[in-house]
Amino acid sequence: MAEKTYAMALRETIASEMRREPDMIIIGEDVGSQGGIYGVTKGFSAEFGADRVINAPISESAHIGIGLGAACCGIPMMIELQYWDFALVAADQLINQVAKTRFVFGIESKIPLVIRSQEGTGRGNGATHSQSVETMLMHFPGLKVVCPSSANDAAGLLRTAMRDPDPVCFFEHKLLYHNNKEDVNEDPDFMIPFGQARILREGTDCTVVATMLYVHRALEAADILAQEGISVEVVDPRTLVPFDYDTVVESVKKTGRLVIAHEAHKTAGWGAEVAAQVTERAFDYLAAPPLRLGALACPIPFNPFLEKTVLPSVQQIVEAVREQMKR
Amino acid sequence: MIPKATEEKIFRTMWTIRSFESTVREMFEKNELRGSVHLYIGEEAIASTICALLTDDDYIASTHRGHGHCLAKGATMKRAMCELIGKAEGYCKGHSGSMHIADFSKGNLGANAIVGGGVPIAAGGALAAKRRGRGQVAVSFFGDGASNEGVVHETMNMASILKLPVIFVCENNQYAVTTPVSESTSVKDISVRAAGYNMPGFTVDGNKVEEIYEVASKAIERARKGEGPTFIECKTYRWMGHWMGDPQNYRTREEIAEWRENRDPIKMFRENLIASGEFTDAQLDAIVEETEKEAAEARLYALECPEPIADPELLLRDVFYCADKGGKD
Repeated sequence: MAEKTYAMALRETIASEMRREPDMIIIGEDVGSQGGIYGVTKGFSAEFGADRVINAPISESAHIGIGLGAACCGIPMMIELQYWDFALVAADQLINQVAKTRFVFGIESKIPLVIRSQEGTGRGNGATHSQSVETMLMHFPGLKVVCPSSANDAAGLLRTAMRDPDPVCFFEHKLLYHNNKEDVNEDPDFMIPFGQARILREGTDCTVVATMLYVHRALEAADILAQEGISVEVVDPRTLVPFDYDTVVESVKKTGRLVIAHEAHKTAGWGAEVAAQVTERAFDYLAAPPLRLGALACPIPFNPFLEKTVLPSVQQIVEAVREQMKR
Repeated sequence: MIPKATEEKIFRTMWTIRSFESTVREMFEKNELRGSVHLYIGEEAIASTICALLTDDDYIASTHRGHGHCLAKGATMKRAMCELIGKAEGYCKGHSGSMHIADFSKGNLGANAIVGGGVPIAAGGALAAKRRGRGQVAVSFFGDGASNEGVVHETMNMASILKLPVIFVCENNQYAVTTPVSESTSVKDISVRAAGYNMPGFTVDGNKVEEIYEVASKAIERARKGEGPTFIECKTYRWMGHWMGDPQNYRTREEIAEWRENRDPIKMFRENLIASGEFTDAQLDAIVEETEKEAAEARLYALECPEPIADPELLLRDVFYCADKGGKD
């Protein structure tokens, strides 16, 4: 164990896998001397050389398509996008090609391709640089979707992604990169399996399911509610595809109540799927209808007060749980 | 000069494609085959010549009009036909049909139903080839329509910067669905766009095997030596409509007749083979008959083959890697 930030945990995991897989290549904008705009790949160009750390032009469709082609030919590939929003520029390559290659071609070989970037609000990046794209990518079969909330999870899940035989979309939150340091497992084979939710706080009255930044907000809400004698269980699914519905359903069977909080828009956000799955599987255990908290159906505004207005607050999570407790 | 064995191979591949496509056409008309089907008849010289210059270790990525590339890269008619009618024995287990047919074992990274979609994938094959350093190359086949897609330009730029061993082969068959290239494209010769990406660009008569061979063999050699990409525009013509069922009200009968009668790539190549004295009519007729017989057999074989098992669980097991299904590196 060593103390690391989320960004450090990511950087050191990628470096350790690059050393382990001498053919692995990274393609990304400004990953050369800059090491990416958030510094996740800092120092890589010097250590691994420009042939393996390709400082690429702004051509996201080509990055993803080239990544897919090379991965299909057996070269482990990582594509670092600057913002997940930019994957929308390359939607054809990501959704029509990457997601469908294994199925339509009927191939059984590995496709070692990780596409990773940061996303989310909090830095005044505005409507096209602050979205939560993971919720949309969950819809298209063929992509694994990973969204860690802590440095240790980031390390363990990224290594799993890099050794995974299928394309993985890896989501990092821009506000978590340089958060507090925390203990991170340093074992060079440390991996966290996909599809295993983590219960961050056990409770008996209400289950709150959240990912990434909202795990931290849910924990804050749980602290406030504890002072009122309400015991909240906070569950982080960690991967949206595959999704660990069993852990969420078991938690709801215990608490009888469910709140889902995420940064993605509430409309057709991943919380809607979780609410539906839990309702189908554990309806008789529910004391109240599951409640969803997500961003307003409005593009993310630039002004910080307006941005906050669009997003669910800690206070809204607290109120949602209180509302559940009335039933 | 094309070696005699290669000439024979090219001639055979051209007829393999034409016999296969003619059979596909008949099957479509008899309702033995359905879906989106785009025939390569009239364009056979391009895939046949270029793939004759490749080995199984080289890569290609193809287009929605991809049967020709697939066969030229070594697919068997039987399994290709099985895929076209969705049978379990097809190259893609019946998941793909005409527009996504692939055969990774022969380096065919797939037909692609999205115009331009396969171009960066071919360049990815070239990146893998460059990393391995064994002199492999990748060929990206695409059409005049795709030459106006953004991703093709992104890929050409990156291929040039990275000196990828890729050959961009633009099959300019004059129409993007119904729109003539003169209305859709800013330049007369699409190959001039190569200059914008600092790579050599050539326009050749895509119906003349000898012209394609001359330019493609040099481009492939250049790529194998690590000197980077080349762009080759092959001007050609599709005899059939864009898809099976196209009313073709956007072009004249005279235009079609001119290409079919006076610029048939197979007829022109055959005349040259006979004139050279290297082949007799009887030898070439025998090759034609063999391919026709093979196509007829492939049809019967595919029609007899079982449908895939329609089980949701089995389908879901094909979405992601499945170790217990014999998944491999």
